[in-house]
Amino acid sequence: MNITKHTIAVLVNDQPGVLQRVSGLFGRRGFNIESITVGQSEEVGLSRMVIVTTGGEKTLEQIEKQLYKIIDVIKVIDLSSKPMVTRELALIKVKSEPAERPEIMGVVETFRAAVVDIGPNSLMVQVVGDTHKIDAMLELLKPYGIRELSRTGATAMIRGNV
Amino acid sequence: MSTNIPNVQSTDELREKWMKPEVITGSEMLLRSLLLEGVDCVFGYPGGAVLYIYDAMHGFEDFKHLLTRHEQGAIHAADGYARASGKVGVCIATSGPGATNLVTGIATAYMDSTPLVVITGNVATTLIGTDAFQEADITGITMPITKHSYLVRDVEDLPRVIHEAFHIANTGRKGPVLIDIPKDVSAAKALFKPHTEPVAMRGYNPTVTPNRLQLDKLHQAIAEAERPLILAGGGVVYSGGHEELFKFVTSTGIPITTTLLGLGGFPSGNDLWIGMPGMHGTYTANNAIQQSDLLINIGARFDDRVTGKLDGFAPHAKIVHIDIDPAEIGKNVAVDIPIVGDVKTVLEMLNVNVPYATKADEWRAKVAGWKQEKPFRYDDSDEVLKPQWVVEMLNDTTNGEAIVTTDVGQHQMWSAQYYRFNQPRSWVTSGGLGTMGFGFPSAIGAQMANPERLVISINGDGGMQMCSQELAICAINNIPVKIVILNNQVLGMVRQWQELIYDNRYSHIDLAGSPDFVKLAEAYGVKGLRATNKEEAQAAWKEAMDTPGPVVVEFVVNKHENVYPMVTQGSTIDQMLMGDEE
Repeated sequence: MNITKHTIAVLVNDQPGVLQRVSGLFGRRGFNIESITVGQSEEVGLSRMVIVTTGGEKTLEQIEKQLYKIIDVIKVIDLSSKPMVTRELALIKVKSEPAERPEIMGVVETFRAAVVDIGPNSLMVQVVGDTHKIDAMLELLKPYGIRELSRTGATAMIRGNV
Repeated sequence: MSTNIPNVQSTDELREKWMKPEVITGSEMLLRSLLLEGVDCVFGYPGGAVLYIYDAMHGFEDFKHLLTRHEQGAIHAADGYARASGKVGVCIATSGPGATNLVTGIATAYMDSTPLVVITGNVATTLIGTDAFQEADITGITMPITKHSYLVRDVEDLPRVIHEAFHIANTGRKGPVLIDIPKDVSAAKALFKPHTEPVAMRGYNPTVTPNRLQLDKLHQAIAEAERPLILAGGGVVYSGGHEELFKFVTSTGIPITTTLLGLGGFPSGNDLWIGMPGMHGTYTANNAIQQSDLLINIGARFDDRVTGKLDGFAPHAKIVHIDIDPAEIGKNVAVDIPIVGDVKTVLEMLNVNVPYATKADEWRAKVAGWKQEKPFRYDDSDEVLKPQWVVEMLNDTTNGEAIVTTDVGQHQMWSAQYYRFNQPRSWVTSGGLGTMGFGFPSAIGAQMANPERLVISINGDGGMQMCSQELAICAINNIPVKIVILNNQVLGMVRQWQELIYDNRYSHIDLAGSPDFVKLAEAYGVKGLRATNKEEAQAAWKEAMDTPGPVVVEFVVNKHENVYPMVTQGSTIDQMLMGDEE
């Protein structure tokens, strides 16, 4: 079986407990959640969840079907079946003595990231991009020493008018 | 009606009265909404958080309320009511321990797709989340075992929520829906606006009508098949599609096996019926599945007790799966022709120009031969009472006409094997969850739904002790359930496994210390009878049948009897222990 990564968008009623229903379903049926993000959608009263999961085609089919059984789930879309845009945001607090700052700023500029806070011996960097970009940037910042890291998980959409 | 329960007072005039907009409490809204849903019987147990609801029920005779002795008894009774009637079963419990006592019953209903509306009280909205006295997050606890649930925070939502809950519970793939009502919501007053219009929910649109092209494919497959077989399950009973199934089977001439929950969905007397498949199924059904070249699953979910080892299940068959729940299709077994839809609707459509399976004559003869040669069998005895003989006696004396409910274990399998079901909703048993304690209280519900029918509850001595307190309900309300106990003084099915799979290492299965069941019955005011041989058994059963009210009949049966055939775990279903190996 071909195990691959899938990104699924789930349009749900904006009701208390819906996140628990969805994540609980993944947990008890043994489906993997690599990341899950939730926020408003284009329609009042509906939220959009974006779930990154791994599994074969059969697992993906079951995930979709089981999600549809939840009454607060309106629509399930397999984003990764089409060209899509994925974005993740990370805040990285990196150790930095004043002397090291220009060097770190170089990395930040290359990745089109931004410094959003400066402490006496640290910098807070904000980076937006797909998972690979953020992984790559983290690799470069690691040698300076990462004090704190917070990643949002992926949100995504299909390109074009779909 | 032979019970002492007051008759329902509900009339059209009263209904009209309830429909008038009026400022009333949430509790009164609940009662009126239940009446608008056609509820005539509720099982429950009061407590602090539902006191307003019970206060509103004081002197209320528009539906019956049965006070059970444990919440587990209430929910199993509601479940039995639903299975035996096709209506939604309703039960009420208080917050915290009252609600958590329902969990086993909710899970039982969920696994077997029984429509229930479960009403729980909760602490006041201001106290939710504070670990208040008798607080439990019951919607959270039951999320994996309900079809849907509501925590009502605004009294004005109540009529809509109740209407939606009944709709969700009894449409599509049926199941339990929980409504949690905080105490201040049941006390709050608002203008009652009855909800009776059709429910429209964006996220809930079960597919009832199947795809036409898939039906054509099935017609084609039937015409081509040389060894076709139908596997029918609980979906036939739940959809009310038994007549359509009968037409389909007799028109196609395809042999049929019915699962544990499908028993009664097709008449057992018919030549094409080959019994139950799976772990304790017939030699014929299991071999037929394994040798079939077309397996048409109608409303069954390929449970592991049916399939045995999945890798080797129906290895030569093209598989067709008809189910209202798309998630069941392909979940356990890869399917060649998936058909999503309501079983009754699908069969109605299939029955238009349904082909006779013309190439299957040899196969029909082969299957009929197996059925003739290898029926269920046991060695009868005149020294000890055989449980199979007792079930056969019950069947013979009732002409298979009773509603039979069972608990879980050996007696359940013997009942499934030796009682002959000829009509749907006559067989009430916990299949998916295998819930001990289910048998007896579910019979109370089944009897409430069918006051004129004979209801027999067959139990083991183990399961009977899990909900025996409900004898009180039978006694005070004169509910005429005939409660059979097949007493082998042991946890029989566990003993069977320990004997066959755990090398005779009998660990903690001896039920010594069980009560004298006759005295137990009498202590509650119910007639109790005991039989230890055939003569006594016949006399006791006759006496029970001649007694108008509830009766407990204890049959002291052979301690060493096992259920055969048996497919042990990890085997394919044609690898059966037949029980006659010396």
